[in-house]
Amino acid sequence: MLYNVFVDPFVQMADMPDLLVQVLWEGTVAGVLYALIALGFVLIFKASGVFNFAQGIMVVFAALTLVGLHENGVPALLALVLTVGVMYALAWSIERVVLRPLVNQPDIILFMATFGITYLIIGLGEFIFGGRPKAMITSELFLPRGAIDVQMLGGRVTFQKLDIAAAVIAGLMVAALAVFFQRTRIGRALRAVADSHKAALSVGISLNQIWVVVWFTAGLVALVTGIMWGARSDVSFGLQIIALKALPVLILGGFTSVPGAIVGGLIIGVGEKVGEFYWGPLVGSGIESWLAYLIALAFLLFRPQGLFGDKIIERI
Amino acid sequence: MFYREAGQFKTSYEADMAVFPIRQDRIGLAIILVAAVALPPFLDSFVVGTVLVPFLVFSLAATGLNLLTGYTGLLSLGTGAFMGVGAYACYKLTTIFPGVNILVWILASGFFSAAIGVVFGLPSLRIKGFYLAVATLAAQFFLEWCFVRIPWLFNYNLSGAIEAPSRSVFGIPIVGASATPLARYYAILAIVVALTWIASNIVHGRVGRAWMAVRDMDIAAELMGIRLLRAKLLAFAVSSFYCGVAGAAMMFLWYGGGEAKDAFSINLSFTILFMIIIGGLGSLLGAFLGAALLHLVPIFLKFGLPELGVPIGGATAEHLTHILVGALIVFFLIVEPHGLARLWATTKQKLRAWPFPY
Repeated sequence: MLYNVFVDPFVQMADMPDLLVQVLWEGTVAGVLYALIALGFVLIFKASGVFNFAQGIMVVFAALTLVGLHENGVPALLALVLTVGVMYALAWSIERVVLRPLVNQPDIILFMATFGITYLIIGLGEFIFGGRPKAMITSELFLPRGAIDVQMLGGRVTFQKLDIAAAVIAGLMVAALAVFFQRTRIGRALRAVADSHKAALSVGISLNQIWVVVWFTAGLVALVTGIMWGARSDVSFGLQIIALKALPVLILGGFTSVPGAIVGGLIIGVGEKVGEFYWGPLVGSGIESWLAYLIALAFLLFRPQGLFGDKIIERI
Repeated sequence: MFYREAGQFKTSYEADMAVFPIRQDRIGLAIILVAAVALPPFLDSFVVGTVLVPFLVFSLAATGLNLLTGYTGLLSLGTGAFMGVGAYACYKLTTIFPGVNILVWILASGFFSAAIGVVFGLPSLRIKGFYLAVATLAAQFFLEWCFVRIPWLFNYNLSGAIEAPSRSVFGIPIVGASATPLARYYAILAIVVALTWIASNIVHGRVGRAWMAVRDMDIAAELMGIRLLRAKLLAFAVSSFYCGVAGAAMMFLWYGGGEAKDAFSINLSFTILFMIIIGGLGSLLGAFLGAALLHLVPIFLKFGLPELGVPIGGATAEHLTHILVGALIVFFLIVEPHGLARLWATTKQKLRAWPFPY
């Protein structure tokens, strides 16, 4: 038993390094996508202190809108632009209808409000686009298909071109966001709001406007994530379960840290795949569904604020 | 005018500390209890089976979660799994000891759930808020996985489902195919009334006050001499006990067996959470009001509207339910963040002052 748990998996890893590389790659790709969802959470949490449970469903909704528009005869690129517009409308109406009346309420109330938004969007999405899964339009969006086989370490490792594209696009988006935050006027305002709402207000930054911007940014991140996830599997409401996977990522990285979201995503993605592949068979596999939470929990016991989060200071 | 307590004098400390100090409340509660016992035989058995029984099951689970989230301030998303533990424990117990009264096992299964709840409540000593919610999510997904992967739990059935065996109490079948909705209703009613009475005593007593102190600020509570370890773990234990009993009742008195892993999924956890948010955090009445609202809205859309002549398909009804529930949550949070229970309190105050504004 002890041998099976502590020795055998590592022997397997050493025996077949090509397989290990394959598993690590799969984990990295999954991790990148988790990180993208977590990024949406972090953006909103930093700027408005709202723990946005609806991020997952925004991913699905964005992807569904895109595919739904295309199915109804809108050209792919125009559909993409229209979807961006829809995400802006969504951000604007959420700010106007939900967030503005709830200013100054306790965190848990705002959290619950995003639950309400989640249900609302699920219902609306199913109502408009139907409940059955749809295939993502990949070739129309110039996403590559197929796979590259690489000979390495005495074996063959397969890289899906789509996964490589996903990793590249995610990297570009993070870079773009970093530039946006550091170099632009609105980005600076966003950082000011994240530091202190009151101080930001007192220097003339409009909180309402900032919230629209930040929810819209999160919507854009959701759209990119939706395209990537949708291309890997189908676009369906089952995807929203991945939003729950972003929670351990957040815990690991800390709620307020963008680099934390990325590092956390990679740790969770790789840890989960490696655990499932090498230790999963011992207990009848399927441990992917809860391993991420256990990893996060183990981290939490040592660092309650996450790897990169701000230290939690409690006063009476 | 309608709700005046003038002339009701309290002559002892006990009378002053009573849960229902006002006569109108006591009369109202008595009327509700009598109605709950006397009316159902005159109702359609379909209504009893699909409206009343699930309502009571949900109320019980919501009461349990409210003890944890509403009174102690520990956010939990693992309710569904804790209910599942109760259901499986009850199934194992009643198949191993078929001779014992099923009601005993339904209540006893709560203890198994409580034990599991304490284990998963341990992180709450170190982390709180949303972080704790994620820790309870770990419980939800881990337990869900166990329900599927450990065949011992469902007696090595090929289908992986729980089969409710026929069980009788005093010669009346209350579990299994031959049980009438009415018999099942009375069984769950007895459980809910008894457990609500106990819960009311807990939250009005020393333990409940300690919980509320922890909720309002745990460091301050600790400085006042409340042992956080005990208070928090006790909250997890009691809450999981209620959820476990509710889960066992759900499987045996409502579903009558079935695919448990679908029944006790994360969606159930969320539904129960919505119930206490809409009903009112930190209020026993709120658990019932929330359960009633969130259970009745889908049923009305599904069965009520076609009765009224509005044609509506099953799928459309489901979508509308989602939209409506989402809108309701947002609406109630904006209008009254403290839930339906607070609305009722305001109404009472209005009734008292009527026709004068103050």
